[in-house]
Amino acid sequence: MKFFDLYNYGIFIVLMMIGFYTVIAKPNLVKKVIGLSLFQTAIFLFFLSLGKIEGGAPPVTNPPAALYANPLPHALILTAIVVSVSTMAVALAIIINIKQTYGTVEEDEIAALEEGNGHEC
Amino acid sequence: MLTHLPALIVVAPLLVGLSIPLVHNARAAWGMAALTVLVVFGMAIQLLIQVNELVHVSQNPAAFISYAMGNWQIPWGIEYRVDSFNAFVVLIIAMIAAVVTVYARLSIEHEIPKDRIHFFYSLWLLFITGLLGVTMTGDVFNVYVLLEISALTSYVLVAMGKYHDRRALSASINYLVLGTIGASFFLLGVGYLYSVTGTLNMADMADKLNGLHDNRAVLTAIAFLVIGLGIKMALFPLHGWLPNAHGYAPPIVSALLSAVTIKVGAYVLIRFLFSILGPRLSFEILPTTPLLLLLASMAILAGSYLAIQQPSLKRVLAYSSVAQMGYITLGVALANEQGLTGALIHIFNHALTKSGLFLVSGIIVYRFGATDLVHLRGLGHHMPWTMAAFIAGGLGLIGAPLTAGFISKWYLVTGALDKGMTFLPVIILLGSLLAVIYIWRIVEIAYFQEPEPSAQVVQEGPWSLVLPAWLLIGASLYFGIDASVSSWLAKNAVLALLGAG
Repeated sequence: MKFFDLYNYGIFIVLMMIGFYTVIAKPNLVKKVIGLSLFQTAIFLFFLSLGKIEGGAPPVTNPPAALYANPLPHALILTAIVVSVSTMAVALAIIINIKQTYGTVEEDEIAALEEGNGHEC
Repeated sequence: MLTHLPALIVVAPLLVGLSIPLVHNARAAWGMAALTVLVVFGMAIQLLIQVNELVHVSQNPAAFISYAMGNWQIPWGIEYRVDSFNAFVVLIIAMIAAVVTVYARLSIEHEIPKDRIHFFYSLWLLFITGLLGVTMTGDVFNVYVLLEISALTSYVLVAMGKYHDRRALSASINYLVLGTIGASFFLLGVGYLYSVTGTLNMADMADKLNGLHDNRAVLTAIAFLVIGLGIKMALFPLHGWLPNAHGYAPPIVSALLSAVTIKVGAYVLIRFLFSILGPRLSFEILPTTPLLLLLASMAILAGSYLAIQQPSLKRVLAYSSVAQMGYITLGVALANEQGLTGALIHIFNHALTKSGLFLVSGIIVYRFGATDLVHLRGLGHHMPWTMAAFIAGGLGLIGAPLTAGFISKWYLVTGALDKGMTFLPVIILLGSLLAVIYIWRIVEIAYFQEPEPSAQVVQEGPWSLVLPAWLLIGASLYFGIDASVSSWLAKNAVLALLGAG
């Protein structure tokens, strides 16, 4: 059963699509950001799956193991998680500003308010 | 010292950018930022000279300076690799950033509350760090990280337009969502390439990809990379975030976003298509040329058409950027020497013209607080220098002879004819005609309509704003008349790209 051997890749695709759907379909900005986070996390799962080697030991060199997991994807994803967290922080900060200015975080209500008047100098 | 130039050019704005928040003084923050960017500009020139000498001595157009970050051995550590192509792009970034930062002082004092200005300049330098880093690095994961540094700071910089127009906030969150999706797709593409090659170094990856022309993971990677970078470079129909973000950001942020940021996306795309995947895989085996040509033609026509209908000057310029990215993509898609030269020289020319025009819009914002077309009535008589700069820049967007836009379009047309694609010049010409309409519409309002009697009487903008705007516009005129320097730089860059492939 080849499919079940690669089930983590299946989960990555499903998670990614759930996140993507949330970003596209939900008008609530906070939900959109949650979707975005899910989308990015799915990609992290993909990278981590790449590093996994069946029966591989942890990549510790002392004592050296014959077969060990690839540590590089973990290092990359550590960086990508930092990027993802910063994105989340910036997004939430902007959403707080939107809530303060528009009084709502629903995209359709914001669009309706913008059509009325844009200028608030 | 000089051997560390590739690292210093990125590290200098990073360190100064991080230390600016410690200075609670708006003027001092501006001074530090301007000084740093000017030094970076000097370093970019020096770097270009070094690369050029190397090319000259080794007689190899693809000669490069390689710098091992932290002295880690190269395919494993992060490499900064500078050849004629990215030295050229770094020069463009540094040049535009230098002029725009010098211009920024009055404009930003007008846009942003005084106690926030030092944060603005801190983000501004980090933004420039990201842009420079993306162009310098030779490591694909490093590209992702630096792309996100420039993107995250630009989301905040766009949101800072909120002090003038609250729509900047919704523009910013929209830009953030799409930008993050673009970057994630890019990361996924990098992941697929890594899973096939086991390396992240661009040159090493290019070697290992040789002969993997029908590997499905590689093809998937290309699809993700092109879509992700397409969002970053606002390639039609993935440009949805651009008009609002560029339209509502503070004018100097729009100038850098429009002139440089989307070009850096195009740079990464060109780097992947030519240097990493190689022209054979990208253009001969995959149907990239017809796909990109279709999108580019749509971008030129739709972008110019939508620009005609916009209610404010900045949004006209924003849609015009969508169209101009179409020209650049068109040159890339042709993938021959003339076409690619056209694309690169257009990156240079459009950067000058569009940043100049956004600086002009900044002068109008400084006087009126907005750039709605109603404010422009009769402006040609009150602000002659500002509006003259607008006309000169507008002619550049149209591509009239004696402006820089003409040179790039000339290369693109000859490139298209070299490929035997006779319908492309028609599209380029149609795009120019539409550009005549959207520029003329503004000229007509500014020169031939009487201002409303109740309108405030304004004077010419302050010289510290008009001069930098004219510097850029003047440069775009100069490179339209004497294109020898710009086309020499672009040609060297093309030789480096095609020579490597």
